[in-house]
Amino acid sequence: MTSAPPRGGGLHRFANPGRFLRTTGKVMPWLWGATVLVLGIGLAWGLAFSPPDWQQGETVRIMYVHVPMAWLAMGGYTGLVIASLMSLIWRHPLADLAAREMSPVGAAATALCLATGSLWGKPMWGTWWVWDARLTSVLILFFLWLGHAALVRAFDDPERGARAGAILALVGAVNVPIIKFSVDWWNTLHQPASVTRLAAPGLHVDILYPLLTCALGFTLLFTALILARTRSAVMERRIRGLELASARRHEAARA
Amino acid sequence: MSALLLRDLRLAMRHPADSLAAVMFFVLVAALFPFGVGPAPEALARLAPGALLASGLLAALLPLDRLFGADAEDGSLDQLLVSGVHPAAIAFVKAVAHWVTTGVPLVVATPVVSAMLNLPVEAWGVAMLAVGLATAVLSLLGTAGAALTLGARRGGVLLPLLVLPLAIPAVIFGAAAIEAAAGGLPAAPYLLFLGAGLCLALPLAPLAAGAALSQH
Repeated sequence: MTSAPPRGGGLHRFANPGRFLRTTGKVMPWLWGATVLVLGIGLAWGLAFSPPDWQQGETVRIMYVHVPMAWLAMGGYTGLVIASLMSLIWRHPLADLAAREMSPVGAAATALCLATGSLWGKPMWGTWWVWDARLTSVLILFFLWLGHAALVRAFDDPERGARAGAILALVGAVNVPIIKFSVDWWNTLHQPASVTRLAAPGLHVDILYPLLTCALGFTLLFTALILARTRSAVMERRIRGLELASARRHEAARA
Repeated sequence: MSALLLRDLRLAMRHPADSLAAVMFFVLVAALFPFGVGPAPEALARLAPGALLASGLLAALLPLDRLFGADAEDGSLDQLLVSGVHPAAIAFVKAVAHWVTTGVPLVVATPVVSAMLNLPVEAWGVAMLAVGLATAVLSLLGTAGAALTLGARRGGVLLPLLVLPLAIPAVIFGAAAIEAAAGGLPAAPYLLFLGAGLCLALPLAPLAAGAALSQH
């Protein structure tokens, strides 16, 4: 394809579905390879070789899944908001498809975050669940992901579903800062941020480094899953377009 | 805009069954609690604030899925949209009409339900205020939800799924206000939080609903 990129800058040319398929087609094998490598190292390091915590013992290893999932749940939602903005402002069909394919993966990450948090809460806090601000706001985030996934798929016209989903994603964006700062605004059972402190991280390097490796690995996995799902969605849409076109040709030939 | 509001209110006046159904639902759901937890007065009073808010919001949800339905079917929604009135203004009027026809009857029914749930009399006024503010928040959020799900398959199921999670803060602060009033503490801080939520929803929800309507 030699068509000139649309006005408005360099990044817009990646909104072309054909270019997207070609570019990601080259990147995907490397991405999957990097995912397996980094996630394998991170999980082995975190789950088997890192030292147990002096207070929490072996249960601290839940953190190597819980914290990356929490970051992905929120970071993924931010990505969904960005994709929704792009679909509302520039009407990129690719942004619609990406947002549509993002919500089940994001819902799964949020569900895993809640489940591992619950498993961790039982030995540490003595309860599976408390209605504190952090847990409640993450539960709302989970419902938002599910609502988005259901709303986008609820219309016969995919275009209209994408618009409705994009508006819902923007409305739900209020929740993201609430989750982030809930541990600072309310004095809760959930501990405040301990990794991203600027002065000195609250974790020893023996635990911090495997955690960061796991976070990078899960982020790669998240990206790879969404790219693969979006690729298949683009191809699905093309197949449907081709089928419609051939049906129309048959119709015209018969008439 | 005022003409649209008057039209909606007149339509609702001619079919009072819809508002009555919401009130009946409110009373019936609240009446289920004594059966569920037993009629012990102190247990009921402990439960009353949350039960009031939860059943009130559920009742206010009932008429929402038909908020734009009838207008979309007979084409008057399209006429409104091309009439030059901003879509957000249409959504705002719809939210106000929904609150007047559903929220206000629920506020009127609140003392009855409070008595059924054995809430101390001193807290009835605060309960009415809290239910009024919380249903106003729900009317605004629900208008956005109704505009988003307009024309969707299974829209009636989707709507509560989208609206109720966003309405959780209204339940928290409303119930906290009633509980404070029942315990003899000042309820004003919680009511102010509820009012702040309403102020946040007042501009944002009609904008979202208007954007969804113009996509319709």
